[in-house]
Amino acid sequence: MHENAIRVGVDIGGTFTDIALQHPGGLSTCKVLTNYSQPEQAILDGVAQAADRAGIGLGDIGQVIHGTTLVTNALIERRGAKTAFITTEGFRDVIEMRSENRFEQYDLNLNLPVPLVPREHRFTLNERMGPNGEVLLAQDAAELATIVERVREGGFEAVAVGLMHAYANDAHEVAVGEALRAALPDLSISLSSVISPQMRELPRFNTVIANAYVQPQVADYLGRLVARLRDTGVMAPVFMLHSGGGLIAVETAAEQPVRLLESGPAGGAIFAADFARAHGLDKVLSFDMGGTTAKICLIEDGAPKTANTFEVARTYRFKKGSGMTVSTPVVEMVEIGAGGGSIASIDSMGRLQVGPRSAASEPGPACYGRGGAEPTVTDANLLLGRLDPDNFAGGSIKLHPENAAQAADKLNLTAHDAAFGITELVDENMANAARVHTVENGRDIEHFTMIAFGGGAPLHACRLCEKLGISALIIPPGAGVGSAIGFLKAPFSFEATRGLFQRLDAFNADTVNAALAEMEAEARAFVAKGAPEAETRLQLTAQMRYSGQGWEIPVSLPHKVFAAEDVAMIQSAFEEAYRTLFGRIIEGLPMEITNWQVSVSTILPEAARVARHGSGTDAAVARNRNFFDAALRQDVEAREVNRADMTPGLAVDGPAIIVETETSTVVTSGYRAVAQGDGSMLLLAKKGAL
Amino acid sequence: MRTSAIDHQIMWNRLIAVVEEQATTLIRTAFSTSVREAGDLSAGLFDRQGRMIAQAVTGTPGHVNAMAESVTHFADRIGPQNTFEGDVFITNDPWLGTGHLHDITVVTPVFRKGSHIGYFACTAHVVDIGGRGFGPDGNEVFEEGLLIPITKFAERGTVQPLLIELIRANVRTPDQTVGDMYSLAACNEAGDRRLQAMMDEFDIDDLDALSDFVIETSRKATLEAIAKVPSGEYRQTMQVDGYDAPVHMEVTLTIDGDQLTADFDGTSGMSRFGVNCPEVYTRAYACYALKCAIAREVPNNTGSLEPFRITAPDGCILAAKRPAPVSVRHVMGHLVPDVVLGALHQALPNTVPAEGASALWNIQIAARASDPASGLPNREVLMFNSGGTGARPALDGLSATAFPSGVSTMSVEATEHVGPITVWRKDLREGSGGAGALRGGLGQTIEIEPRKGYDFYFNAMFDRVENPARGRDGGLPGGPGAVELVGGTKLKSKGRQLIRSGQRLRLSLPGGGGYGDPLARDRAAVARDIAAGFITAEQAKTDYGFEG
Repeated sequence: MHENAIRVGVDIGGTFTDIALQHPGGLSTCKVLTNYSQPEQAILDGVAQAADRAGIGLGDIGQVIHGTTLVTNALIERRGAKTAFITTEGFRDVIEMRSENRFEQYDLNLNLPVPLVPREHRFTLNERMGPNGEVLLAQDAAELATIVERVREGGFEAVAVGLMHAYANDAHEVAVGEALRAALPDLSISLSSVISPQMRELPRFNTVIANAYVQPQVADYLGRLVARLRDTGVMAPVFMLHSGGGLIAVETAAEQPVRLLESGPAGGAIFAADFARAHGLDKVLSFDMGGTTAKICLIEDGAPKTANTFEVARTYRFKKGSGMTVSTPVVEMVEIGAGGGSIASIDSMGRLQVGPRSAASEPGPACYGRGGAEPTVTDANLLLGRLDPDNFAGGSIKLHPENAAQAADKLNLTAHDAAFGITELVDENMANAARVHTVENGRDIEHFTMIAFGGGAPLHACRLCEKLGISALIIPPGAGVGSAIGFLKAPFSFEATRGLFQRLDAFNADTVNAALAEMEAEARAFVAKGAPEAETRLQLTAQMRYSGQGWEIPVSLPHKVFAAEDVAMIQSAFEEAYRTLFGRIIEGLPMEITNWQVSVSTILPEAARVARHGSGTDAAVARNRNFFDAALRQDVEAREVNRADMTPGLAVDGPAIIVETETSTVVTSGYRAVAQGDGSMLLLAKKGAL
Repeated sequence: MRTSAIDHQIMWNRLIAVVEEQATTLIRTAFSTSVREAGDLSAGLFDRQGRMIAQAVTGTPGHVNAMAESVTHFADRIGPQNTFEGDVFITNDPWLGTGHLHDITVVTPVFRKGSHIGYFACTAHVVDIGGRGFGPDGNEVFEEGLLIPITKFAERGTVQPLLIELIRANVRTPDQTVGDMYSLAACNEAGDRRLQAMMDEFDIDDLDALSDFVIETSRKATLEAIAKVPSGEYRQTMQVDGYDAPVHMEVTLTIDGDQLTADFDGTSGMSRFGVNCPEVYTRAYACYALKCAIAREVPNNTGSLEPFRITAPDGCILAAKRPAPVSVRHVMGHLVPDVVLGALHQALPNTVPAEGASALWNIQIAARASDPASGLPNREVLMFNSGGTGARPALDGLSATAFPSGVSTMSVEATEHVGPITVWRKDLREGSGGAGALRGGLGQTIEIEPRKGYDFYFNAMFDRVENPARGRDGGLPGGPGAVELVGGTKLKSKGRQLIRSGQRLRLSLPGGGGYGDPLARDRAAVARDIAAGFITAEQAKTDYGFEG
């Protein structure tokens, strides 16, 4: 891709479809309502609007980059294909038995998530691989033929195949796939050895089933999208943002849609990562807060932190363990049930609680005057003077403080105490989640810079920084369509994974080199589909642990042909990673490798560095208005400035409120905001404020 | 800055986050499988009087109030005059800690501006503590490993070298066991840092007012919840398999206004084997069950735990006396909720579940070369497995799910890399859920064979083989457990046994009891159960009167 190409990013979310069009004249963005029955229609409308605004023809667009929550929604709403699962005899119920635990310790009336494929649609074969890929029980062709017949009779649209230890030897799965394809050429077939060839049957089976379940629908949708874009004159190739934060060809996405589960939110993390690089920040915490949820992600050395498993479709909102663990490369994000619409209530002990229940956009917070009667975070912000009732969303929505006060009355506190309690508790919940996440990753949050975006974040970010001891905060421009902009900043990338279990003291370099070479070829082939000429880089990760431990930590290793004597190097890389996470190593224990990951990605163009304006000169104050400063526990007189007037180098001392059409940035008494060259606001803690 | 009621609530939330962080640190660094997979740990903050203010919600209720009581023992034993900044206390005394030697409790006094203001405490199950190892075969606690009395792990910041040497010399895994003790101390330190930061932020120098607020608010809410339970005396008995003789459990639950007592008078005496529970552990599980049903929303602290007054007569199997063996006290402990909830059911119909498999079917496998001359190395494998839970008043029971414990199972693929065994089967056990208007959860079937060149020993410690989980209100019992060879040879459900190369061990885990008359079960639900194979067509006919 060359720098001047016209590219468009398209993010289909639950409520809005966001468009960001990058063209020689700059960036043109727009938001249209998501169309559930024909999602591609909203894209066509939005792209046409944005192109019109930018004054370019649809035929001039060079690339379409798309991300969406549609795949996740199909899983959550159970709108997938009629799917069968074929597995090893004795393991029919892996996906139903899960981890055999309860995610809510004190709830006697717990409901466990219902498996995607009901038991009567799960078929078994008498066959068995051993852990090292050795055949313990050979397949029986006649039995396989019977199963194929049952799939035909059952009228299934999709089949997932997950056999024990298939990551170590895929021969049986391949045979099942061939038999199905030969008999039922139109059937969608997903093999676990292709979709997620990693050790551990539960996540591997979940992953291949999720893939099969959404595949026909996603393939159908993407096919329609490409065709209709062509019809309207957009001849550009379409690429998809995958959950790991990179781009893949639309054909790859149609085959492996499970890679798209987190593609929308990943865009937000890439958006923040782009600002991190431009501002030369190597330790960043991104904070994205909308109407219902807040998301937190660690961004180090300009790249969002990734993981190889995550939980999708949680049945108890945000409760760890209540969803389905799938193993696919993903930008690691913590999601909290905290947003502008989060509802406050009083529990049995008379304690104030906020969220995770949300008033969402309908009816919305009480102060919208659209029938919402329960007090929300937005109502509290209004009561505390952080929102201006006459200038919300650029004045398009009139807020009603009297409704907010009436709703707050339900909490049996004074309106002021209720409002303070609600905002402080929601900030506390987010701060606690951020703190735990950084501790889990062995990091010290005080050394991070926060980058905050999404409608709600600028109101809360500064207080959050006070609670976390963070002294620098960036609020980028264009934060309302952050994910779509993020899509434009993503590299082409593909991560191949492989389960290959070895004790380090029995490290077999030849086996490892052979597997890595295959994985590299696989990853390169996928990247070449999108960017055949581009310069790439390869990242090699081994999942390692001390023998006897139950989970692995990712260890970055140099990309090379391994020899027996590299064991010492691998060991010290593991020990360094272990020490970073846990503060110490354990001498004398054997180590082992379980899974390998090879990630190939194109190299991003060097970000143009934004020169930092440090202290700045004071901006003109539009007027003064009061808001409640939580750290001081008192009302303060704040300077109100328009964000549009904050040209680079201008600054304002907190307490201040910087207003713009989409949101307002609250600068607490302890911070000073300085406008930067790229339109970002940089908030710095005043000396001694933290 | 004034400290308001809202501030107290915020600080309460923060304290819970602090102890959760303390627990997370421990889970990620501990070596023991049961800490990692089962969350067999506990972490909490106490005020200077030894009252618990906040406790992390972790996987095993066995520590619910066991640890809460232990800090008082530390405070009494060591005394304020000998408590210094930088001290770290330790014990694994089953009667002063959490019930067996494998659980190490570490207590760290908290100081602020030179004054002692409280304690952080945590407990975790370590990989090995010497003695016979984790198993029921000892006849006295002395055989079960090293007992560390309440003492100082560190004094004024200096670790006691003799203690470390003594422990290292007495356990099979010195690096891991001692490493875990350092982890415990470090997680208290992490808690201390967060607490100090909070106290800076809120500008307070002691915990007294906050502690009073948390404990009194919780006590009030708990007493109000108890008062909603109809007053009266409710008695329940239950027989379970025990080790070598059946165990009779008996509880009398008395509710008088907002006062609640549960007494286990009438329960069988101690066993010669390590299934005995110190009273503290019995209290933990009994309290857990009652709390789930009566006041589940109230966070754990002294105020929410004290109103549940639970006693067992000295010397019964649920209040074992020194020097009884107590290593696998969890088997009886896990069954305690069934009998307690059975009593509560009489007071609160349509609230509690039917009986379930309850006691975990954990299996410890020692794989040994069939031919010692072959040079194949010894390997140890531990698997956690759960049967079915009892049906609930409005919901079916949970199949193959742990209750009351919160254990997770491990991946079979991962397990087969750890040791030379092949798990041929681990799936739901059809027909094992007790019939009822609401069906009990299904147990599971597990088949394990030693890999080529190996035999294995396993330690059977399985209950509900002779005494299945009973149904409630007309619900039928769950399927009893079975231990056998594939092919039918019956094996013992207790004790160490050998499986030879070429043989397959089959464990059939018990199902949960049903709830209500099976004839009243929704016909569509019966049809669904047949389609899924949860019940057989035969069962549908005989138990449910279903003609299709």
